[in-house]
Amino acid sequence: MRKTTYIQAVNEAMRDEMRRDPSVFVMGEDVGYYGGLFRVTRNLMDEFGPTRVLDTPISEQGFMGMAIGAAMTGLRPVVELMYMDFFMVAADQIFNQAAKMHYMTGGLLNVPLTIRGQHGGGKRYGSQHSQSVESSFAQFPGIKVVAAATPYDAKGLLTAAIRDPNPVLFLEHKMLYFTRGDLPEADVDYVVPFGQADVKREGKDLTLATFSFTVLQALEAAEELKAEQGIDIEVIDLRSIVPLDTETVWASVAKTGRLLAVHESQSNCGIGAELVARIYEEAPDLLKAPARRLGMAPVSIPVSKPLEEEVLPWKDNIKAAVLEMLR
Amino acid sequence: MEQPSLRTDAPSSSAATDLGGGVLSTEQLLTMYRMMVLIRRVEESLLELAESGKIGGAMHTAIGHEGSAVGMAAALRPDDYLTCTYRGHHHSLARGMDPKRAIAEVLGRSDGFAGGKGGSMHFVDPSLGLMGANGIVGAQVPHAAGMALSSKLQNQERIAITFFGDGAIYQGVMHETFNIASKWKLPMIFYCENNRYSEMTPIARTSSVSEIYLFARAYGMESVQIDGNDVEEVYLAVTRAAERARAGEGPTFIEGLTYRLSGHMAGDLETYRTSEEIEMQRQYEPLVALTKRLQAHGVADADLEAIRAEVEKEVEEAVDFAQNSPWPDKAQAYTDVYAL
Repeated sequence: MRKTTYIQAVNEAMRDEMRRDPSVFVMGEDVGYYGGLFRVTRNLMDEFGPTRVLDTPISEQGFMGMAIGAAMTGLRPVVELMYMDFFMVAADQIFNQAAKMHYMTGGLLNVPLTIRGQHGGGKRYGSQHSQSVESSFAQFPGIKVVAAATPYDAKGLLTAAIRDPNPVLFLEHKMLYFTRGDLPEADVDYVVPFGQADVKREGKDLTLATFSFTVLQALEAAEELKAEQGIDIEVIDLRSIVPLDTETVWASVAKTGRLLAVHESQSNCGIGAELVARIYEEAPDLLKAPARRLGMAPVSIPVSKPLEEEVLPWKDNIKAAVLEMLR
Repeated sequence: MEQPSLRTDAPSSSAATDLGGGVLSTEQLLTMYRMMVLIRRVEESLLELAESGKIGGAMHTAIGHEGSAVGMAAALRPDDYLTCTYRGHHHSLARGMDPKRAIAEVLGRSDGFAGGKGGSMHFVDPSLGLMGANGIVGAQVPHAAGMALSSKLQNQERIAITFFGDGAIYQGVMHETFNIASKWKLPMIFYCENNRYSEMTPIARTSSVSEIYLFARAYGMESVQIDGNDVEEVYLAVTRAAERARAGEGPTFIEGLTYRLSGHMAGDLETYRTSEEIEMQRQYEPLVALTKRLQAHGVADADLEAIRAEVEKEVEEAVDFAQNSPWPDKAQAYTDVYAL
């Protein structure tokens, strides 16, 4: 093991897959010579050249459609969206095309496409550059959605995404990029399989299920709650939103009796709403208290620092929600 | 007054470029005639089935567009990639799709090429290079560019062609794709079937642009406007464009003037045009044009009649086959969501 940044882990996943498989290529805005706005694709141009690292014009619909077409012939494009918010510009290609192609063609075509990029608030980018988009994607059958909170999971999940025969959304959070963590040595080939949540912290009083940057916020909240109140919460990193590993979550709730689902996107119609609905459908008897979700209020993300902090469901909001549930 | 290429009452022969034609043998023209009749009869049979309530949803026939599909198929290699619009039955049949499976698909039957899941708007068969008709106007165009990119990255000789209508030209993704394809010199052909109608609205009513094919020149692309009802002109234009693409010279834009004799879709009230206009355009439609050409080649009417009779039998059998094909098992609704 070695310590790397999250950016390094994402970069290595692309680099290693490009070395291993000539059908993998990267495309997006400023990904080549510049190395990506957040430097996530740095050095790829030097190693693989402009035929496998493609700098596109600012034409999200066009290059997303081209990636889909290339994927339909068996190549494995990895498309960077500079800000995940821009998926809406390419939405027809992602949802009407990539997600449905296998189904509409009765299985004759498939689209091994990876869409990756950063999402989320915390850097005061405002309403069109800070959103969390997973529930929009999760609504459409045919596309998988994963989000990594650690460098280890980032490399393992992105490697699995690139090898997957379906379109996959790989979510990075802009607040995670410079976090550091353990990564296996460069020659170790591993994947983190989809559909497997990970218990990031064990606890007995409450199950907190989340993903992406709020995993780190939840872990901090958990330590503070332990130190300040003696409360011991279990933090589950879902890692994979589609497919969703409810088994691991239910097993945890069987122990704690309480479920709080947390994510940065709005509470309404989100993954938290889905988890809460499902536990009432599938395992209501596990609950000792009503299950809850905590997300953003139904507002857009403001720029001003105190306003942004007010709406994001980060550490202090998580602690307040936990205390309310355990009161 | 608009250019002839934007007028619904102008013949397709008013195109800006005349490539000369006259290159195909009688035998080749007869093969094309047979395919055109087959496409025509399949489309007419589908309209009859739709009228009798056997086809749900939106079905768009290409009666009058046969020249572009048949000329293209003769000019390209069997493994060249093709994407097209929801008006795509003719391209698929011209590239060799079995009419039995095509009609079964439109009827939603288990013997359809996609088991009934795709239907009329999603004709596809990768084994014939048919990489998908598309229900969203213009969405198939970047797919073809991606296929051309794939071919280029792998140093293959395969090229891609994409068909779209004049109605698609004002979708943003078209221009995004023109720009990238031209800059990256992708081995592909953009073929605009200009039937002068953007669905139910004459194209000239929605834009001030004087000529569609000139768009491509703005992106630095080779571009021609031809008589798309003349199968030899289409054959020549696509052949030249394919040669350029395979030689690494980049994409070509072809605007083929044509006229849709059938409605935009089955059940179209066609209140937007007169029967006089349709009758006038019938004089210039691809089958009439090709029949005259064959007569000039000395082919006897009886020989053409024999071809028509043979096709009639084939299409009748295909319709029978499709109507007798079983409905798909309900379990099929849940398969093919994800590739394994």
